Amino acid sequence: MSEQSDVQMPPRVEVGVLGWLTKNLFSPWYNALLTVISLGFIFFIGRVILLWAFRSARWEVVTTNLKVLLIGRYPSAESWRVLASLAVVILLAALTWVFRKAKDSPIRRWLVLAWIVSFPVIGILLRGFGVENPFMPEVSAEVWSGLLLTLVLAIVGIVASFPLGVLLALGRRSRLPVVKILCTIYIEAIRGVPLISVLFMSQLMLPLFLPPHIRLATVMRAMTGITLFSAAYTAENIRGGLAAVPRGQYEAAGAVGLNKALMMILVILPQALRNVIPAIVGQFISLFKDTTLVVIVGLLELLGIAKAVTGQRQFIGLHQEVYVFVAVLFFVCCYLMSYGSRRLEKALGVGER
Amino acid sequence: MESEEHMPSESSETAQEIIQCRDVHKWFGSFHVLRGVNLTMQKGEVIVICGPSGSGKSTFIRTINRLEEHQKGTIVVDGIELTNDLRNIHAVQREIGMVFQQFNLFPHLKVIDNVTLAPIWVRRWPKARAVKIAEELLTRVGIPEQAQKYPGQLSGGQQQRLAIARALAMQPKIMLFDEPTSALDPEMIKEVLDVMAELARSGITMIVVTHEMGFAKQVADRIYFFDDGSMVEHNTPEEFFRNPREERTKKFLSQILTH
Repeated sequence: MSEQSDVQMPPRVEVGVLGWLTKNLFSPWYNALLTVISLGFIFFIGRVILLWAFRSARWEVVTTNLKVLLIGRYPSAESWRVLASLAVVILLAALTWVFRKAKDSPIRRWLVLAWIVSFPVIGILLRGFGVENPFMPEVSAEVWSGLLLTLVLAIVGIVASFPLGVLLALGRRSRLPVVKILCTIYIEAIRGVPLISVLFMSQLMLPLFLPPHIRLATVMRAMTGITLFSAAYTAENIRGGLAAVPRGQYEAAGAVGLNKALMMILVILPQALRNVIPAIVGQFISLFKDTTLVVIVGLLELLGIAKAVTGQRQFIGLHQEVYVFVAVLFFVCCYLMSYGSRRLEKALGVGER
Repeated sequence: MESEEHMPSESSETAQEIIQCRDVHKWFGSFHVLRGVNLTMQKGEVIVICGPSGSGKSTFIRTINRLEEHQKGTIVVDGIELTNDLRNIHAVQREIGMVFQQFNLFPHLKVIDNVTLAPIWVRRWPKARAVKIAEELLTRVGIPEQAQKYPGQLSGGQQQRLAIARALAMQPKIMLFDEPTSALDPEMIKEVLDVMAELARSGITMIVVTHEMGFAKQVADRIYFFDDGSMVEHNTPEEFFRNPREERTKKFLSQILTH
């Protein structure tokens, strides 16, 4: 008590690695017991996995079939087009990352435009046009498969179902009874049936709604099914977000003279969507994994191709290697979405009330 | 009486009458909130509406910019009658600025963007002009240094002054204040009332629902007393406080002034 300073410091706690260990892992005695048991368990599991991965696993089944797993039956001579598409996406993603802080610069507007344009560009790159075209001959969507097909289905599903979901959510909260009832019926009908039946329906029913000379490829019909399915769930998530925006926000927006459309776009939706980012990304992650179900309409996405690979005669019995590889690919994609969601939440969370 | 209303001389007078409410009624379900309110305001007038809670005073000023719909009677603002016609409603809302008890700022927008939002999207001003005027307004309400923050980072008093700046940005002819200081900590009330007093002196037409009787005495041209859905009496501040005519007014004043 000899030298009392004006500023009171918080009481000193145990610091350093040892202090942390004692405090969190080894006291009281039952915590210590749990720590020891858990460590033993982790060691046991980890040892089995590592021994399998580095000793007994025969990864040549994956390395030999890597191209098949990634782009499936996409013609080898044209595989540069897949790489070019990938390059476009990576370039845009990198630019977006670099300019993420420059909120007001015109570059941002150009980037948004570039992202929008990139979709048809990639579509044309992958699909090509004209069978006799020497430069980019048509690659029928029927031969798209592997990870490429999974990504195409998921990205198209996500990008198309989001705006549709927003419209459905707004429609369900509309004051016009017809709009409200139609949207409610749509949402409840879709949520009441499994994705598999929606996929079947889109295969069988969709042609009935189109003029006879238009024949949609199986892939396109599956995309439509996935999009329509996901939109209903997205709509319900967004409706939850809309309900959480206080009434005062509508009143304030009306009081400064904004009409209904501007009110929604500038004031209500930005707040509603920010609130439901975790739910929507969760929905998109589940959509990504649900693309595996297109196997039942005869499409070979990543998991389907994996199954075909395990049937090759020279690699009989090597299921584990292939499925572990596929699982890792799925995990990486889903984790990236999850990580992106957290970054987005953080970026939009500034100035929270 | 009726024949007087249709006399031609009236039209020249109404040119100065910026708000005319005649026999305004409103029900919430079966609850009769407004029971025939009449009120006429001249351009540049500042009035304070007071009364016990539940008397319908907030509901009444909210009918003036159509945040609440009246079910009987007529409301004419700056020559435009409020009907179900959306164009009329938007036209009136552009003429009126409103400040709420709970501020209702846009939490996802920066302070400066809260102010420029409506001028840019509704008035279609170029951004540079909107920003310049917004900065002037923020200076006028005393928070120029907060422009790049978010509303959630401001104190209650600063938030309410921002709300005033946001409403002023649309250059309204009329400002409505719905209990602007009721949600504030006591030490922040004065900074908001000071801004409002300055505004009143600038000649803008103002309706203020408030319990701040000191402010009413100092700033209002007239005080209106509401009770039970109707306007009981109105008078100049001196007369209102010195010689209240109605029993209900006397009782209300004795309750709020004894503390």
